[in-house]
Amino acid sequence: MKTLASYIAINRFGLGPRPGEADKVEKDPKKWIKEQIQRSPRIPAGLLRYKSSEDIVRLSGTARAEKKQNKTARQKIDKLKSSLRENAVQETFARTEHMIATDTPFVERMVMFWSNHFTVSGAGKGNIFFVAPAYEREAIRPHIFGKFEDLLLAVVRHPAMLTYLDNHKSVGPHSRMGIRRSFVTGVKTGLNENLAREILELHTLGVNGGYTQTDVIEFAKAITGWSHGAIRQNRDYRPMHGRFEFKKHFHEPDSKKVLGKKYREKGVKTGEAILKDLARHPSTARFIATKLARHFIADDPPETAVNRLAGVFTKTGGDLADVSKALIELDEVWNQSHPKIKTHYELMISAFRASGKSGFKLKDFSVPLQAFAQVPFQAPSPAGWPDTAADWIAPESLLRRVEWLRQFAATLPAGWNPQKFLDDVIGPVATDETRTWVSRAPSTDAALALILSSPEFQRR
Amino acid sequence: MLDRRIFLQGSGAGLLTTAAFGPGLAFAKAPTDKIFIMIILRGGLDGLSTLVPYADRDYLNQRPRLAIKNPLKLGGYFGLHPELRGLHKLYQDNELVLIPAVSTGYRQRSHFDAQNYLENGAGKPFGSSDGWLNRALAGIEGGGQLGLSVGPQIPLILQGGERVKTWAESDLPELSDGFMASLSKVYAEDPLFARALQDAKLAPDPMLPNMGRRRRNSNLLRNANAAARIMAVKDGPRIAVIDSLGWDTHNNQNNRLSGLLRQIDESVAALRIGMRDYWKDTVIMIVSEFGRTVAENANQGTDHGTGGLCLMAGGAVRGGRVAGDWPGLGKKALHERRDLKAVNSLEAVFKSVLISHMGVNDSHVADHVFPGNKTAPMSGLV
Repeated sequence: MKTLASYIAINRFGLGPRPGEADKVEKDPKKWIKEQIQRSPRIPAGLLRYKSSEDIVRLSGTARAEKKQNKTARQKIDKLKSSLRENAVQETFARTEHMIATDTPFVERMVMFWSNHFTVSGAGKGNIFFVAPAYEREAIRPHIFGKFEDLLLAVVRHPAMLTYLDNHKSVGPHSRMGIRRSFVTGVKTGLNENLAREILELHTLGVNGGYTQTDVIEFAKAITGWSHGAIRQNRDYRPMHGRFEFKKHFHEPDSKKVLGKKYREKGVKTGEAILKDLARHPSTARFIATKLARHFIADDPPETAVNRLAGVFTKTGGDLADVSKALIELDEVWNQSHPKIKTHYELMISAFRASGKSGFKLKDFSVPLQAFAQVPFQAPSPAGWPDTAADWIAPESLLRRVEWLRQFAATLPAGWNPQKFLDDVIGPVATDETRTWVSRAPSTDAALALILSSPEFQRR
Repeated sequence: MLDRRIFLQGSGAGLLTTAAFGPGLAFAKAPTDKIFIMIILRGGLDGLSTLVPYADRDYLNQRPRLAIKNPLKLGGYFGLHPELRGLHKLYQDNELVLIPAVSTGYRQRSHFDAQNYLENGAGKPFGSSDGWLNRALAGIEGGGQLGLSVGPQIPLILQGGERVKTWAESDLPELSDGFMASLSKVYAEDPLFARALQDAKLAPDPMLPNMGRRRRNSNLLRNANAAARIMAVKDGPRIAVIDSLGWDTHNNQNNRLSGLLRQIDESVAALRIGMRDYWKDTVIMIVSEFGRTVAENANQGTDHGTGGLCLMAGGAVRGGRVAGDWPGLGKKALHERRDLKAVNSLEAVFKSVLISHMGVNDSHVADHVFPGNKTAPMSGLV
């Protein structure tokens, strides 16, 4: 790697260099990134052999409904659950393998960015893990360079999100189900606000985007009934399925007022109309622009860059291909060498990419990721993984990173020339100190470990 | 920090005092023996399922399916969740105090803002980039080295100018001294990496017994055990923070809380045993970013609320009681007609522990720890 621009393109936009990648990037780094922007990205073939969420949701719904009266029945359910878990583990593994091997790493970085923006997590909710990799493949991947509105709708209609944030069972107090329930149980409120609140706070407007508790409740009412087909109440004998299902008998009737606008009651269309308005709201443009700028420029992104991105977002109606291209053209991106810290997962991916290795085993990934406490699809909250330096470099987390890198370096070919490796992975930004101490290292693997542990490699 | 150490070493005042007034006073100059452990429950603890107003008709009406039916009674109105058997015993031994209907000044319902507010101490979300407990350490003899962060990340509440000790468990092989030495050269010009590495070298080594039990025990229990091992020694850290995740019970609340509250009960028990002689000087405080709605929702869960619950356990606690005010659960008593009103201030509880227990100067607390917060410390907790 020879130029600073190629280091930035490969690390900040890509996932770290694979052997030989720099040669392709060096001629025109911006072009290399832009050529990866395709309105309908191909879904990696390696991921297509895993179960669809339709199957997963239906099967896990069936397992839940199954009577567990005897040992054989229980064993059958346990077996089904462990096969669903195994399917998700294998797809997560395949996703990671793909990120290591891919020659379109900007696509993968954007998949991670949006998958994190619209987090679903198995942390504390095991069943969500079963469907999380399929959710990313079905709801996120196809839309990362499409319209934000389509991405938002795909996410909110997906059974994984509806379940993760509890909307699948949210019941309007004046819906048929709500009235019946209040008669039987005495529970007067059936609403579950969780998804509506997080859409406003985390997915669209942002916490200071100008909504109130009343907006949360009205919006929650509007999306009552947004559920899936693997929930069947008593005396509902329709066969289960794992797709989106609008349950009219859960839906709160009458018009709703969100952010000062009145929405006449039109069933599922009310929620859709609100989501479309949210997708085009100026606060959303700003919120998304800020997050993108934070990810690609600096923890505290410059105002000018945020304004520019928000402007493009608004002007193009939330066209994420155009926003991504605008991002690449920002001067602020290119005038700092490595302001950002790789997450633990990115660090692991980039180390494997730099090694040129292939043919991985499950434990190659699970050992470091568990040590780092960053297992994919297990983010600690709906806000996803954080994106600032202090969240990734603390004394203990830095030690775990380096301990693993040290161990990993020992698995690299002993015949490698550390000097060449240094030039290949961090050449344009390597400090004199790093070069000196690498050259003085007592062994090849210690030298390689120092390169991988250097700030120049752990940053991007 | 360096300045203070030089001052202490260079000043003859300590010796003179010893000579004049005997060893007792000079000993007071040494870092405190008081211990403060904070457990932060992230996601919003349902206080009403933890300290249960079991005799309140409104409670039973608002929670037809979720009301805790068989609490461990603390008199005629409140009871503890049945999983909290150890805490119930502590209550009987006057080593547990409960503060219901409590919250920081935050009145919205975002987890992330509420946690940030709870930890930064500046009176608004993102009002400060450091944490109030870190600023409090600056007012304690010994400073940051008395602080301990348990877990891979330092939570915001402990981030800041004072450099605290950190500990997290690891299965990876340790680095050699030689490699660490080269690494510190490579990191010399990058302040973020240089500082983290320096602090990592000072990390305590509790030498936990590894009896294959790790996987069975919860993270919280493992971290509590480690904290006790690290703290219950002479010159050990004195202020620790431990995180616990998963408290956002929008659905299936009773099942999930049973497991989570059991973890709390086990962890407090582990700390009580592990702190040994230090238990008498210990305050464990358990807090969450907000409470949950009084009424249950459709999914046997509850949504984000306001007034929550703070638990304080330890030999130094004036326990055996429920402290603060109780606003009641009647429709008119609720905040925005849905949440338990936060009539007690969490900042007042924090101040009380810092001033009365940890001996932090009032003016340091007022000027630096909770600047702009006028609430008086809650009295009589420790």
